[in-house]
Amino acid sequence: MRGNNVVGIIFSNMHDDTMQQVTNIRTFGSVPFGGRYRTIDFPLSNMVNSGVNKVGVITKSNYQSLMDHLGSGKAWDLSRKSEGLFILPPFGNGNQMYNNRIEALDGISSFLKNCKEEFVILADCDMICNLDFKKVLDSHLDTNADITIVYKNSEMPADLSEPVVLELNGQDKVTDIVVGSKKGEKATWSMGIYVMRKAFLQKTIAEAVSRNRSNFVRDILQRGVLENKIYGYRFEGYVGTLDSMQSYFKVNMDLMNMEVLKDLFNPMRPIYTKERDEMPTRYGLGSVVTNSIIADGCVIEGEVENCVLFRGVHVGKGSKLANCIIMQDTVIGENTVLTYLVSDKDVTFSDGKAMIGTESYPIYVSKGSVV
Amino acid sequence: MYPKQECIAMLLAGGQGSRLYALTKRIAKPAVPFGGKYRIIDFPLSNCVNSGIDTVGVLTQYQPLVLNDYLGNGQPWDLDTMYGGVHALPPYQGTHGADWYKGTANAIYQNIPFIERYNPDYVVILSGDHIYKMDYSEMLAFHKSHKAACTIAAYQVPMEEASRFGILNCREDGSIYEFDEKPKVPKSNNASMGIYIFSWDKLRKYLEMDEANPESSNDFGKDVLPAMLNAGEKMVAWKFEGYWKDVGTIDSLWEANMDLLDPNDPLDMSDPSWRIFTRNPIMPPHYVGKNADCQNSLVTEGCIVNGKLEFSILFEGVQVETGAKVTESIIMPGAKVMEGAVVQFAIVAENAVIGPGAVVGERPEQMENRDDWGIAVIGGGVKVGANAVVKAKAMVEEDIPEVTK
Repeated sequence: MRGNNVVGIIFSNMHDDTMQQVTNIRTFGSVPFGGRYRTIDFPLSNMVNSGVNKVGVITKSNYQSLMDHLGSGKAWDLSRKSEGLFILPPFGNGNQMYNNRIEALDGISSFLKNCKEEFVILADCDMICNLDFKKVLDSHLDTNADITIVYKNSEMPADLSEPVVLELNGQDKVTDIVVGSKKGEKATWSMGIYVMRKAFLQKTIAEAVSRNRSNFVRDILQRGVLENKIYGYRFEGYVGTLDSMQSYFKVNMDLMNMEVLKDLFNPMRPIYTKERDEMPTRYGLGSVVTNSIIADGCVIEGEVENCVLFRGVHVGKGSKLANCIIMQDTVIGENTVLTYLVSDKDVTFSDGKAMIGTESYPIYVSKGSVV
Repeated sequence: MYPKQECIAMLLAGGQGSRLYALTKRIAKPAVPFGGKYRIIDFPLSNCVNSGIDTVGVLTQYQPLVLNDYLGNGQPWDLDTMYGGVHALPPYQGTHGADWYKGTANAIYQNIPFIERYNPDYVVILSGDHIYKMDYSEMLAFHKSHKAACTIAAYQVPMEEASRFGILNCREDGSIYEFDEKPKVPKSNNASMGIYIFSWDKLRKYLEMDEANPESSNDFGKDVLPAMLNAGEKMVAWKFEGYWKDVGTIDSLWEANMDLLDPNDPLDMSDPSWRIFTRNPIMPPHYVGKNADCQNSLVTEGCIVNGKLEFSILFEGVQVETGAKVTESIIMPGAKVMEGAVVQFAIVAENAVIGPGAVVGERPEQMENRDDWGIAVIGGGVKVGANAVVKAKAMVEEDIPEVTK
């Protein structure tokens, strides 16, 4: 299978600063999402479902939760005798930590050198989508491109942390690359997912480092538009972009749209995650639950509307939750009212509390808090 | 050469479970779904792992495909270990010909070489049709402290029901002096749970004697245990306290599922110190729609609920459409209850489809004659057409055509 000739590289720390509240204690890649997932599950599952069986995960700091989540890679079928999952902590240059994508790729040069695969996929954890990389690779080979950039032709998300607009000719060849957000406008914007030959990546990174060039978009993509063949691959499916607490909130809520749910969790290309062996969720007598996404292991006795409940959440009698995202093992006592609120893991809300946020500014309650 | 194991388990999973009818048409009884995301065999397997037993032989015979698939390499139960682990043991062909497993004792007898390679001191014999949480290590400690040849787990049943069980009559020190199979006048209420621990040297001796006896039916309960007692071996009863249910019949399977809906569920599958492990489906969290109403029910991943649930259990990937109503029923993986359909007091097996407006099952109070009432069962993959009506106690194995109103 062709996928075996591809190595995936996932940047687990890129965009950490866009959602500081939830990334304070963890990497972007291990941010809980959608009731039972972490954001890294999406690029990782997409790669595995496309036949890729070697994935390197670049980490930077606070990656304990990520390592705990990934373990041996078993949940993604990446615990293998040959190839599988490689966690790539910062490396090289004394004690210096990498600051940008080029330095990060330079830091894994020995890993890349030892890869026998011919092609590389580069992806971050900020695009929540179900993407078939086989099609991207087919297009890459058809066009004989040096770099293929996955893009979306839609209204450009407002807060993209790396806003890149592609100008394309009729054959999807990139003719110009413009940095800067076309907020709210329809545009062909880059999803920050790239496919290229490994040799091309190695050569380009080595050249950029030796000339002290540090910006992947400016020094590799924009500079390369004329000398290299850069093509776009148009992605038609759903994509949720995580680039602020507001968009984190919105993309979670998008799951209540049946079309989004079915596109993202296509049973032919499942999204894998670490298992917890929770029992099914128990709905008590008198519970009122509508329009919500609910994971296993919850016990619900109160009212829940437009919420995402992660595994092991308890909602006590008389409590009312509306428009909330409640992460793992949070316990909500009786007669507590929560609206527009994001609760991190292991939070305890005692009886009779009320916390009301707004759609544009949801309240965030940090991990392990007692309210 | 395998490292010695003090205690290994042998799980009898070859029976057909014919009293589950349509539910075991294509799968062995231990593979029947239970409790929203489990299969019956998850209970003894999880008990083994939680009790520190990590070598389990599973004796398969009837319809083993689904069961073998489900066991895989044992990873969901942490049984993908270096030396032990879970092993499916089907009957096999040898130089002297091939035999099906003639009985429970014969199944173990045929696998003496499997047991011997671990050189165990003790062997636990389990069956695959009970729902319970049991610490076999406590039973083993009891077995050792009594220096018994065989220890049998005993459950205190109500005296008036004792005549339906195999009763163990014991002396004061717990040693058994008599087996009383379904006694008309029971002397005690210690029912045998079909869970045995044997000292391996003793079991081996009696299995060989049993095999040499052409009169024997090669069954533990009928042959091996009485032979040991008659020979004067020390056999003791270990009293188990806790939830235990045989799920060998449609009614008992339904009841055991309904027991989970009791807010004070005596089984407590959520206990983090005694997890029930299972092969988890790879599915997103479930979605509860705008018009849904879930009352006292269990719902798991991949379900989409737009209708009404009362006292019901949905397995993974079940869909209940708008206006449909599911009451006191069990809907197994992948089944679909379409718009306006009613499912009550029923078990709907895997991937069955209940058409729009169909009515499956009846409430006991609707019956003219209460004796006609029972749980309706829709077999795996069966399609019940629109507006069709399925009576109480029905056992549906063929598609039912649509009824035009």
